[in-house]
Amino acid sequence: MADSAVIAPPGDRYRLGHGWKVVARKEFADHLLSARFYVLILILGVAAAGAVFAASGGIRSVAPSAVGVPALFLKLFTVTAEPVPFPLVVFIGFLAPLLGIMFGFDAISGERSQGTLPRLLAQPIHRDEVILGKFVAGLAVVGLMLLALVIFVSGIGIFRLGLIPTPTEIGRLAVWLVVAVIYVGFWQALATLASVSVPRAATSALIAIGIWLVLSLFGGFIFRAAANLVAPADDQGALLQAEVTLSRISPLTLFSESSTLLLDPTERTVDLVTFDQINRAIVSDLTLTQSLLVVWPQIVGMIALTAALFAIAYVLFMRQEVRA
Amino acid sequence: MANPTIVASRLTKKYGEVTVVNALDLRLQAGEVFGLLGPNGAGKTTTILMLLGLIEPTSGSIEVLGLDPARNPLEVKSRVGYLPDAVGFYDSMTGRENLKFTARLNQLPKTEGDQRIVELLEEVGLTEAADRPTGTYSRGMLQRLGIADALIKRPAILILDEPTTSIDPEGVAEMLALIRNLAEDRQVTVLLSSHLLHQVQAVCDRVAIFVKGTVVAQGAPHELAAKNKGPEHVEVHTTADQAKVRAALTGKSFVQSVQPARVPNVYMIQVNRGSTNQLIASLVQAGLELSGVRRASDDLDEVYRGYFHREEAPVG
Repeated sequence: MADSAVIAPPGDRYRLGHGWKVVARKEFADHLLSARFYVLILILGVAAAGAVFAASGGIRSVAPSAVGVPALFLKLFTVTAEPVPFPLVVFIGFLAPLLGIMFGFDAISGERSQGTLPRLLAQPIHRDEVILGKFVAGLAVVGLMLLALVIFVSGIGIFRLGLIPTPTEIGRLAVWLVVAVIYVGFWQALATLASVSVPRAATSALIAIGIWLVLSLFGGFIFRAAANLVAPADDQGALLQAEVTLSRISPLTLFSESSTLLLDPTERTVDLVTFDQINRAIVSDLTLTQSLLVVWPQIVGMIALTAALFAIAYVLFMRQEVRA
Repeated sequence: MANPTIVASRLTKKYGEVTVVNALDLRLQAGEVFGLLGPNGAGKTTTILMLLGLIEPTSGSIEVLGLDPARNPLEVKSRVGYLPDAVGFYDSMTGRENLKFTARLNQLPKTEGDQRIVELLEEVGLTEAADRPTGTYSRGMLQRLGIADALIKRPAILILDEPTTSIDPEGVAEMLALIRNLAEDRQVTVLLSSHLLHQVQAVCDRVAIFVKGTVVAQGAPHELAAKNKGPEHVEVHTTADQAKVRAALTGKSFVQSVQPARVPNVYMIQVNRGSTNQLIASLVQAGLELSGVRRASDDLDEVYRGYFHREEAPVG
């Protein structure tokens, strides 16, 4: 401290809304250097490579009859063939929660266990900027990973099949990518909430992963049982409709419905349809705007769920003691 | 006192029924080193966090640099440097990167921040280790990095929670010199908390002794020591056995108790204040061979212990 001005002069050199960017920048750099980032890249890369080779093989084998199939390029993401059990979209729907949890589970509990929280909060920064900066950084990393994945898959598709995506298809992929990031945001908000609620990072990861497993493995049973409670048992149609409606509480359903509609222009609705309705429908593809309109409620639902979880995490964190 | 930098009046914090800080009054001014002394769990950290606006007081008022920390947290935190108890850093980042992060949070311009970090690292003796991850640092190094971290923002007030724990004695001396220097040359107000009295009393202009949330004494260390009416503890070294020592002191009204120390041939004798000479005279008259007499403590330790005994056994 050789300089003479030892005590900073008072004054408002503190710009508001600056702190969260500093936090986000640091977290972003941390994530890119972390082991978990490389593990996830590896998992996603292997899954993507497997799925896309299967899909492109499948498309090739039916190539002669595929002339005139709308949005053939997007089939890379939505169809599969032996021996890969799922198309890429389903893979991503399954792995996205893991991405969100990995970048959220130690957001606050990690600061606590490292003993950095009191020091961080003693800086001229609002508490909400800490949690917001971390959330934004996590989402940015996830967005980057998913973008890379989509480009990777498209590249393989172009190379193996010689298919060039049309502008509409690129548009559909871009919208789908945004929706996927929102979906990951839900899981990240859940993991952040867990990291605020419990002091240990390991416990918080277990809570978030537990919720994910319960929803993805037992969600079907739970919603069927619930439908039986609310719908008349002798009316199959009403029962099914109730099950579908109830399952839309789960972000898994919301995401899979949005993906289906956004990546396949021939899909017209996410609801149950009768044979009459199908028979009398005029066959035509939906435009991107129309598809988006159909799943708009699903997308808003995911945003609302994410916002609700984030808000709870935020309020809890604001009221929490600095000391563990 | 003109121009106080920290004023707390009737500051109280309760968690449910438990009162952690009870009607605390503090008044600190620029250039002063103030010690908040007390055992663990006395409410020192709670008080510090209230001054920083990180905990809301149950009642009472605080003014830090003329501002209420609960209402203007950013202004207060931008001018108060804080070294938490058991300070932590991001393990995977280097010492320098950790400080850069703090500098950015304080919105220091980049070149100014970098320059300042170099100077501060030099000052706390971490230049060599600056580019190693802090995960490899020892506890003492982390503590020193914490001091540098607290000083980045050029604080007008420096709050140090247990700054000397887990540093080696030489490090403690350096730390205390640095604190003195900041207060005297730069008019920084330093508030430090500690449970290690003898380490910090030398550096403090004033201290408050804090037991179970209540300040039991406040003032300059020598004033507090002078006010002490408790017994004096005298350490007597003699080859005579315990029976002889006791015999020599029976019937002397100024002697309060005689205890053999853990070391052989050493006795701890409590006498009324001011009776040390009489004690020595009695021992010599009884023909005991004395190889040493020492006042066990004649400083804050004794004041502190006095209050403790009163707390533990409320006899008066």
